[in-house]
Amino acid sequence: MADVVLKTDRLNKCFGALKASSDVSLDLRSGEIHALIGPNGAGKSTLIKQIAGNLVPDSGTVELLGQDVTALDTVARARMGLGRTFQISALAMEYTVLQNAVLGALGGRGRVFHFFRNVMKDPELLEQARDALERVGLTQDANRRTADLSHGQRRQLEVAVALTLKPKLFLMDEPMAGLGTAGSKALTGFLDGLRQEAPILLVEHDMDAVFALADRISVLVYGQIIATGTADEIRANAEVRRAYLGEEDAA
Amino acid sequence: MTYILVLEQILNGLQLGMMLFLMAAGLTLVFGVMGLINLAHGSLYMVGAFAAAAVAGWTGSFLLALIASLAAAAAAGALMELVVIRRLYRRDHLDQVLATFALILIFSEGTRWLFGSFPLFLDVPSYLSGPVSLPGGIQYPLYRLTIILIGLAIAAGLFLLIARTRIGIQIRAGEADREMIAALGVDISKLYTLVFALGAALAGLAGALVGAIQSVQVGMGEPVLILAFVVIVIGGIGSIKGALAGALLVGMTDTLGGVFLPQLFAVFMDPASAASAGASLASMLIYILMAAILLVRPSGLYGGSA
Amino acid sequence: MMLTRESLLNWAMIAALLVVPLAAWSLDEPFIITLATKAAILALAGVGLNIALGLGGLISLGHAAFFGIGGYAMGILAAHAQNYEPLFEWPFLFEGSNQMPLIWLVAVVFSALAALVIGALSLRTSGVYFIMITLAFGQMLYYFAISWSAYGGEDGLSIWVRNEFPGLNTLDPIQFFAIAYVILCLALVFAARLARSPFGLALAAARQNEDRVQAVGLTPFVLRLTAFVISGAITGLAGALFADLNRFVSPTMLSWHTSGEIMIFVILGGVGRLYGPVAGAALYILLEHLLGGISDYWQIFLGVLLLLIVLFARGGLIGALAGREKAHG
Repeated sequence: MADVVLKTDRLNKCFGALKASSDVSLDLRSGEIHALIGPNGAGKSTLIKQIAGNLVPDSGTVELLGQDVTALDTVARARMGLGRTFQISALAMEYTVLQNAVLGALGGRGRVFHFFRNVMKDPELLEQARDALERVGLTQDANRRTADLSHGQRRQLEVAVALTLKPKLFLMDEPMAGLGTAGSKALTGFLDGLRQEAPILLVEHDMDAVFALADRISVLVYGQIIATGTADEIRANAEVRRAYLGEEDAA
Repeated sequence: MTYILVLEQILNGLQLGMMLFLMAAGLTLVFGVMGLINLAHGSLYMVGAFAAAAVAGWTGSFLLALIASLAAAAAAGALMELVVIRRLYRRDHLDQVLATFALILIFSEGTRWLFGSFPLFLDVPSYLSGPVSLPGGIQYPLYRLTIILIGLAIAAGLFLLIARTRIGIQIRAGEADREMIAALGVDISKLYTLVFALGAALAGLAGALVGAIQSVQVGMGEPVLILAFVVIVIGGIGSIKGALAGALLVGMTDTLGGVFLPQLFAVFMDPASAASAGASLASMLIYILMAAILLVRPSGLYGGSA
Repeated sequence: MMLTRESLLNWAMIAALLVVPLAAWSLDEPFIITLATKAAILALAGVGLNIALGLGGLISLGHAAFFGIGGYAMGILAAHAQNYEPLFEWPFLFEGSNQMPLIWLVAVVFSALAALVIGALSLRTSGVYFIMITLAFGQMLYYFAISWSAYGGEDGLSIWVRNEFPGLNTLDPIQFFAIAYVILCLALVFAARLARSPFGLALAAARQNEDRVQAVGLTPFVLRLTAFVISGAITGLAGALFADLNRFVSPTMLSWHTSGEIMIFVILGGVGRLYGPVAGAALYILLEHLLGGISDYWQIFLGVLLLLIVLFARGGLIGALAGREKAHG
């Protein structure tokens, strides 16, 4: 079996009476895309935050690359190789697209305490940043202000910044949201190839993308994982159909 | 002797705490409901004190002076809100700081222009002057005792207002969700003006009450404003309960520290340097208290997670 | 390099700040030189604050603390030197100093240390808490200075003769101006390079989006604390020069009005603009001089002007003259 790069073990998180995570155990193995789906309010965001380190679980552990990181913060987990894209774009909006990518490369390099040299003339950082922009198809837009990008382009930039970190795994929160059909198709193709570089835990609403991409799918309902399996297994799972797909169809 | 002194100082601390609460309550309400930091709150305190001194000068009535302080500060507050403050709700904190700092300049210099640089005096009325005997053989100034009682009454009134009345419900709803309260059909801008004027009136009353103990002068509101900030930071922004707890803590610490630290230092120092070192440390005590509380609870005693 | 309108304006400003006192010198108008010196020093204080405020987004209402610490570093060292009273005798005998370079060093070190402590505590919070806490710590030092009778307490400390700088006659207004002007220019160069450096990129990103900075593995707290320390050190240096200009230091330098005024320099010029503090300080001195001549209550006008700028002209003076800020390139 392939190496496990990320593992959550019986995570629990309550907000008052609401059980947002209930014994959530899942893993991500090298070379795969593991999709996490579930209706709104199922606790996906809460789970993502616990994996990324924004939220401390009430109980249970998170393991990254075989190490227990439950007590570590987001910065430490990012440094270990967790590359993250956000559901709501988290970018420096006043910066150019290139500056955002350089920021990622700078974070990946880690040595930030230089006060005199011009960061936008650092050949190593620029090369990494331009590479990443090219891979997501933003080369043309490198000098535009990030605030002027379309929503779809911001998602692409999110992915590019994550790429500059050369992460060991990706945590992507709805990267397809706001993309048109064409954009969504292009990104699907891109992520398909990316899994060989680093595995992806993908939270996504776009079911076409999920079923086209995912090696495994986990379904989260009311804070619980009710099923994990291949696309076919999930399609065939009666509980999933009832609890989740049924609702979607009805809606 | 010593225990009487201690009790007396505790009462003094309580009195300072009550005044700070009147200031802090308005600040914390305005922040909690409107998300606004108002540096010019100290100016409203000054407006109240000047209004009281002027009316007391004309009429000789202390009661009328207090009413004037409430009315003038509320009016100044409402005016301030209508003309300037309401343009700041959607702005960032930097703009709020600068605009309200500008208001301080305008209010301070305007008051100096109207009343001159010399302090005014507001006399304690005869029926409130002199000491009163408390159980335990303590002689305590009646006026200060009155301040404590007024402060307590207003604290109780505020808690009732927020817990029980329609306006209180709207205030709490506004803290929780500004969009929702607008959706509920509450006239939000009227509510904001009202809350702001209420906070202003409390500050004005505090200014008038303290004005009778100290002098009434330009700039008198600023030291109190900064103490009120310390109170809010300690208590947690937006919480009336926190404002009360913080005010009492700051009032007690400041008063007791100022009196007893030099004495404490005198145990192991010569009297002159004990007095000086004690006074220096005492002047910093509440800030050290604030730093200590921040280390343990960055959002204050009763603050949320913000 | 293409000259934008803003950079042209910057050059014009920094040139004007040099030409005006030179002209005054040739016309024998020492008062104007002193005004220009004051403007340069206050601009320096603003350049310091702007690193925290403009670049880092840290709304510090306590920078008077560092300004005052710089001032007291000057006052204390020079007072001991002029009175021949040793400041300390262990581990070596030190009798204070009237040498500017040493005074500046002490001012920078102590204001940086104070910024480290105040910053470490204040940066645990954010938003309004940060504003109130920096204000409170500034006020703490203010009250401490008032109660510190050994160094003048409320009355402050006076120095008889301006401190010395090797090779210059600091009593000559134009020579003292030259010192302040050169330091201001060095600080501007430093601030410009800082803004474009890796550190500056990360710091300004933390202002724009904290999540993003964390997600790339950088710690906003450390970036901000570093910026706060650098910022405090520069403002402290300005404080030492300001005290030397007046040959006087008092708790007023530590008061929160001073913090507000330093912030006003930054804002009048335009937040986040590198030369904003220069424009702001010059405008402030000009207003003080012109309006102060008309009315004792000139700060009413200052207040109204500030209010109008905040409400209606957010780019400040440079924004009004040079247009919207471009993305940093």
